[in-house]
Amino acid sequence: MSTEPLLTIAGLSKNFGKAPHLVRAVNDVSFSLGRGEALGLVGESGSGKSTIGRLALRLIDASAGQIRFEGQDITAAPERRLGLFRRQAQMVFQDPYASLNPRLRVSSIVGEALDAHGLARGAARKARIAELLELVGLPAAHMERYPHEFSGGQRQRIGIARALAVEPRLIIADEPVSALDVSVQAQVLNLMQDLRRRLGLAMLFISHDLDVVELMCDRIAVLYLGRIMEIGTTEQVARHPRHPYTRALIAASPRPDPDAPPRERMLTGDIPSPLAPPSGCVFRTRCLHATERCAKEAPALRETGPEHQFACHFDISHSPNA
Amino acid sequence: MTAPLLAIEDLAVSFRTEEGEVTPVRGVSLQISENETVAVVGESGSGKSVTSFATMGLLPRPAGRVSQGRILFRRRSGDTIDLATAPRATMQALRGAEIAMIFQEPMTSLNPVLTVGEQIAEAVRLHLGYDRRKAWAHAVEMLGLVEIPDAARRASDYPHHMSGGMRQRVMIALALSCRPALLIADEPTTALDVTIQAQVLTLLDRLRRELGMGVLFITHNLGVVAEIADRVTVMYAGEVVESAPVRDLFNAPRHPYTRALLECMPSRAIQDASGRRVVRSIPGQVSRVERGCAFAPRCADATPACSVEAPMLESDAGRQTRCLRWRELA
Ligand SMILES: Nc1ncnc2c1ncn2[C@@H]1O[C@H](COP(=O)(O)OP(=O)(O)OP(=O)(O)O)[C@@H](O)[C@H]1O
Ligand SMILES: Nc1ncnc2c1ncn2[C@@H]1O[C@H](COP(=O)(O)OP(=O)(O)O)[C@@H](O)[C@H]1O
Ligand code: SF4
Ligand code: SF4
Ligand SMILES: [Mg+2]
Ligand SMILES: [Mg+2]
Repeated sequence: MSTEPLLTIAGLSKNFGKAPHLVRAVNDVSFSLGRGEALGLVGESGSGKSTIGRLALRLIDASAGQIRFEGQDITAAPERRLGLFRRQAQMVFQDPYASLNPRLRVSSIVGEALDAHGLARGAARKARIAELLELVGLPAAHMERYPHEFSGGQRQRIGIARALAVEPRLIIADEPVSALDVSVQAQVLNLMQDLRRRLGLAMLFISHDLDVVELMCDRIAVLYLGRIMEIGTTEQVARHPRHPYTRALIAASPRPDPDAPPRERMLTGDIPSPLAPPSGCVFRTRCLHATERCAKEAPALRETGPEHQFACHFDISHSPNA
Repeated sequence: MTAPLLAIEDLAVSFRTEEGEVTPVRGVSLQISENETVAVVGESGSGKSVTSFATMGLLPRPAGRVSQGRILFRRRSGDTIDLATAPRATMQALRGAEIAMIFQEPMTSLNPVLTVGEQIAEAVRLHLGYDRRKAWAHAVEMLGLVEIPDAARRASDYPHHMSGGMRQRVMIALALSCRPALLIADEPTTALDVTIQAQVLTLLDRLRRELGMGVLFITHNLGVVAEIADRVTVMYAGEVVESAPVRDLFNAPRHPYTRALLECMPSRAIQDASGRRVVRSIPGQVSRVERGCAFAPRCADATPACSVEAPMLESDAGRQTRCLRWRELA
């Protein structure tokens, strides 16, 4: 195999609706994901995180740009040529309640994925289901139970077992722990980390919780109104953020420390309607550093170090009152 | 010392179900003073919302009832009444006027067919007896208070024309429009982005100070607790297991469950033997116990005695702890 990344997204855009109701949900987004690597997607509601996930899985078609998986262009490949890709890229959803069919036993939920790709039959199928359940920390003896007989965290484990059944290379996890209590969240996060390392999975990890993303991911991309504001290693983005929006997100995250100084307010106003995004820099209506130039010119992503890019005309981390 | 604004004493709430009577809240006590925020934390199902519904007199009838204890509330008039036994008409008069509530989902308390200004104006006409003009002016003022930009104009908007964060703020404006003495907030920021959550928390804290309100803040987010609470009550399986000032709780938790809960936070991740960052988790899930401490099946510090004797809530230095071993573990 070449050194090409597992997943490469280049200039990807997705529009919904037609003018005047046109929403540019994803706007010229590029990134790559190496084998076994985890990339976090963060940003406020409506920033395009889930749409990127659905595009990368080819659940919806792109309006522009390219998606390459294992070196193959899958952007417009017909469904019949997506067979191997369909196996190798799997989704884990936010809501462990809604994402499992309540009328199916666990053995069928996990088994369906095996059947769809003709992976195991008869005794081998049953053994594989047992193995998968044990892999995610559920007793194999529970395979004949129904989803409602499990707790939220256990249901999320079933969802993960189902995704792993087909031995994927890539997992797209869309808010996989947001619906869970902190103690259950901890169990599921540790399980996902463990599986990722043991199975060499790459992961696109979508979350609005920066602490969770920091724990789980090697790199982070910060999105706002469909565009990447900043992308880099977890260390760079979470510890040395360069974009005003990244800084504002970090400042807004609750700090579980009652002795922390009161938070600094780094944002003004509300997110603009995606139907009428601001001219120039899309973040300018809430940015404390905006100038006239920001209304006229959209900043391009610029390099600030190896693998670290941000889209702002200025470098506020170097200004005295940043 | 004056009596607290709200004193829940030894509260139990029971529901009649097909499988017989269940009592998901047992022996809960907590107090809130004026100008104080008390947070109630605990896993889903631990009884936080049932406690708040009982306080509001909003338990589903006839299945649910307060089966034990008192909920003493000091009225504006100075009289103290027991909300657990107050007549329905009294509770109705209190709600909105002296006790207000905000929820996770703003649309449960906003009327979709009235403009946001009309809804607030209607509430103050009803509870404060303002005339139309004064009520409208007050509505605009409240919307400005919760930082709705261009409030005079936005007052004529319908809720569905506003973003989720704005609707949440409108709900707060509505809840606070009659200057309640007590605000019950049940997961009010759980569905919001962190940016909007930060805005709402700052706002609530400012309004609490300006109005001198007591706030009962229910959440399962410990980061939010650290930020907003003066005191914290931790619930597990329907009981209070620990109650303490917020600094004490975070810096020196006494109950093994509180300690474990804090360690589950991703921000407290530790390096494991191979140098990887992992969070500690609490094994298993909440389960029913026949005897002894409810947390014993999951407690790293449990001894055989813990499955025999049920711990009582012990008071010490302004804190309360329900654990047989807290002194030796401290
Ligand atoms: N099927 C669709 N039709 C029209 N607009 C859509 C559709 N799906 C998404 N959008 C719009 O695209 C934008 C991005 O949505 P997306 O669901 O990707 O956001 P997100 O970052 O996942 O947000 P959240 O944190 O709320 O899940 C939003 O403005 C949304 O309203
Ligand atoms: N109407 C009801 N009938 C029976 N049980 C109920 C009812 N409402 C709540 N419960 C039970 O009370 C317990 C506590 O619920 P709740 O207070 O909503 O928890 P939380 O701490 O998540 O807010 C749960 O076990 C729940 O199933
Ligand atoms: S380009 Fe201007 S508006 Fe955009 S982030 Fe930078 S300073 Fe703010
Ligand atoms: S009483 Fe025993 S089981 Fe319960 S919390 Fe204390 S040490 Fe743990
Ligand atoms: Mg989404
Ligand atoms: Mg609740």
